[in-house]
Amino acid sequence: MDAIAAPASYPAMTRRVRNPDDDRSVAVEDRLSAGACAHCGLPAPGGQTFCCPGCAAAHDIIEGLGLGRYYAQRLLDAGARALRPEPAERWDLARHIVAKPDGTKELTLAVDGLQCGACVWLIESVLAKEPAVTAGRVNMTTRRLRLGWNGTNDDADRLVGRIETLGYRLVPFDISALTASRDRTGRMLMRSLAVAGFAAGNVMLISIGIWAGQGHVTDPIGPATMALLHWVSALIAMPAIAYAGRPFFASALAALRQRRTNMDVPISLGVLLVTGMSLMETINGNDHTYFDSAVTLLFFLLVGRVLDHRARGQARATAEQLLALRSADVAVLQPDGTVRRCAQEQVAEGDHVLVAAGERIGVDGILETGTAALDTSLVTGESLPVQAEPGTQVYAGTLNLGATLTIRATATGAATLLAECVRLIEAAEARRGRFVVLADRVAKRYAPAVHLCALLTFLWWYFAMGAAAGQALLTASAVLIITCPCALALAVPAVQVIATGRLFRGGMLLKSPTALERLAEVDTVVFDKTGTLTEPLLSLGGSPDPVALREAASLAIASRHPLARSLVSAAGAVVPAEGVVEYPGQGLAKGEMRLGSRAFCGEAVAAAEGPEMWLARPGKAPVRFCFDERPRSDAVEIVGRLRIMGLAVKLISGDRPEQVQRIAEQLGIEDWQADCSPVDKVSVIEGWGKEGRNVLMVGDGINDSPALAAASVSASPATAADVSQTVADLVFQGSKLEPVLIALRTARRAKSVMRQNLALSIGYNIVMVPLAVAGWVTPWLAAAAMSSSSLLVMVNSLRLHREMKR
Amino acid sequence: MTIILYLLVVSLTIAAGGLWFFMWSLRSGQYDDLDGAANRILFDDAADAPIKKKAPTQAIP
Repeated sequence: MDAIAAPASYPAMTRRVRNPDDDRSVAVEDRLSAGACAHCGLPAPGGQTFCCPGCAAAHDIIEGLGLGRYYAQRLLDAGARALRPEPAERWDLARHIVAKPDGTKELTLAVDGLQCGACVWLIESVLAKEPAVTAGRVNMTTRRLRLGWNGTNDDADRLVGRIETLGYRLVPFDISALTASRDRTGRMLMRSLAVAGFAAGNVMLISIGIWAGQGHVTDPIGPATMALLHWVSALIAMPAIAYAGRPFFASALAALRQRRTNMDVPISLGVLLVTGMSLMETINGNDHTYFDSAVTLLFFLLVGRVLDHRARGQARATAEQLLALRSADVAVLQPDGTVRRCAQEQVAEGDHVLVAAGERIGVDGILETGTAALDTSLVTGESLPVQAEPGTQVYAGTLNLGATLTIRATATGAATLLAECVRLIEAAEARRGRFVVLADRVAKRYAPAVHLCALLTFLWWYFAMGAAAGQALLTASAVLIITCPCALALAVPAVQVIATGRLFRGGMLLKSPTALERLAEVDTVVFDKTGTLTEPLLSLGGSPDPVALREAASLAIASRHPLARSLVSAAGAVVPAEGVVEYPGQGLAKGEMRLGSRAFCGEAVAAAEGPEMWLARPGKAPVRFCFDERPRSDAVEIVGRLRIMGLAVKLISGDRPEQVQRIAEQLGIEDWQADCSPVDKVSVIEGWGKEGRNVLMVGDGINDSPALAAASVSASPATAADVSQTVADLVFQGSKLEPVLIALRTARRAKSVMRQNLALSIGYNIVMVPLAVAGWVTPWLAAAAMSSSSLLVMVNSLRLHREMKR
Repeated sequence: MTIILYLLVVSLTIAAGGLWFFMWSLRSGQYDDLDGAANRILFDDAADAPIKKKAPTQAIP
């Protein structure tokens, strides 16, 4: 991923996963055709079996262990392909190893490159053949590997190296503290669901007996039997409600304390009132109790909660995984002036860390050289950038907006990483506040209406009809239980789980739980050009002067701009220059030396074909580097299909007009703007927003990140700069643009199913509420109507699952 | 109608057994990786259970 190659002298090279942005959807036939690498399926040079030594080594291991079936099993999933191993830096695993009481060692790692079940099988089978391994289990949902073995800490390097040789990238992952609390909530919800299910089944069984007995014409149920059955129902239902209702009661109490109301208030009130009334009826030996309704209601609501929690958990796990993989990127300045990129945890106190413009600072430390504007919004909540000078204390999680900085690390290790992860995830979740979810919008109007309706019913029966207080209260409770937003609480989460799960499997990672609904409302898609519509890395054209190239690369290493990264990868090992300032959208400067756009370097020569970078040095003729830029392979098709979907497709770029026009014409985009600074992009997008458009911004560079944040929803390819991935709602993998289309389509389908679900549950209320107000709702009718509406909503949501499989 | 009493006790006992079973499966982590479970079934010799703990091999002195 990083454009900076580790210096050749770097010891003990292990292998790393091929870029996830490589094309993954090669057809099965292509893979089997002659001339393709027998391991990864990419074209192999001139009749050879393998494309590179890495693939040959991986193939040897797999065949040597008799696991050749992997290649056949992989074909079960047409999109999956073996990974091409690439050299990568070695991790310091020893810190993460946990010694177990029984003498074994354990390590948890995040696995990058996991594509399908075959990968899981391969990793586990390879580990199973190692005699020392006691546990090797991949969790496919969270993409983590738990590795246990008998032996020393040094064995970890060998075992991990073995898996990395196969092409997977393993990153030690021990932010378990972060996931522990989520697991607790999830398990609490599941336990509540189980208890509610147990009680619902049994109380319903008894209730059917009561109803059948009451309905019997010749031999109705005796009062003693009925009282017994009511008492048994009460004894099952009340502890179950006390246990399984806690999530709702707690949330309702919290809302009431803040003097607001939410969906849980009518739920809690309804359940408690109905239970209390039913208990009174039981004590008085009356006919009707509603224990079954109360418990079934909780059961269905908990199903919704569990689904909702799962969708959120997945979005969160995705964000964590991204962070764990990103956090690897810390550039430590070596005494000889070269840069070694290594894990955050490997940075020792006192190390000098180089932070490129647009990069997140990975360690807490003191700024040594360079001055730059820092975006500290994640750390302090300050929305305006802060100017930092040498001597300033900086914190992990801060974004560097300006020049390359050198930082002396003062605090490192898991503590910093953990704090940073928590901050980033919290920031991502806080952004939810900008957008009111569909269900909440409905609930806001729904809850007061329900309370009012129940109150009016009570008053009507008590005063107008002269009913006893108990009788009036019972009717009012029936209204509450009938209107309980049970189907409403299921309507959205059920759809969300299915849709996000499907996107996740397609390599699209939703980072925000509300992104799906925002995506569905998009009517304008705005693309950035460089790295988004076009392939992320360009090839350097011509044969530039090596001295100029090295000098240019020493500036370019400070930037994440695609042109700069291409330049660095073409130059090889590079010594970074000091005091480089990045002017987003323009270029880089160090003193009088400038690298960037034509205008930035003060050049006025006639325009050339293709993207270019100029290097201006004092006293020397400016040097031009030109690059070949190709649109992504499916860009033309996707732009056309987006337009067929009725979306306006636009292109805004900071590049020169000729270049933007060329790409725009190739892709058939009429509405394009060139020469946009980041500020321009934001104002253009905000302008569209004011016109009432819902904009999806797809971009990858630092200069896009303000625009990504300004748009109503944003997407970034997995190759994007750190900033952009932090900001974007959707991160997609692969070298194609198709995920954008799939995500939009899925979101639209999901939204329409959500709407149907809401209409179904509200329609049911419109029919049932008058009956409840009139006092005609008997326990069996309440139970039947409520369960059937919930089931209907669930079945309707599952329809989406079947549709998407096709 | 004393038969009802017996039936109630029997049915509740069976259901409580089911509840206990579910709680056990939840505690033992069977709901932690539903995607993995769905895929593992496709492979003939995939480890159905996590690799069994092997006793540390110790040489007898």
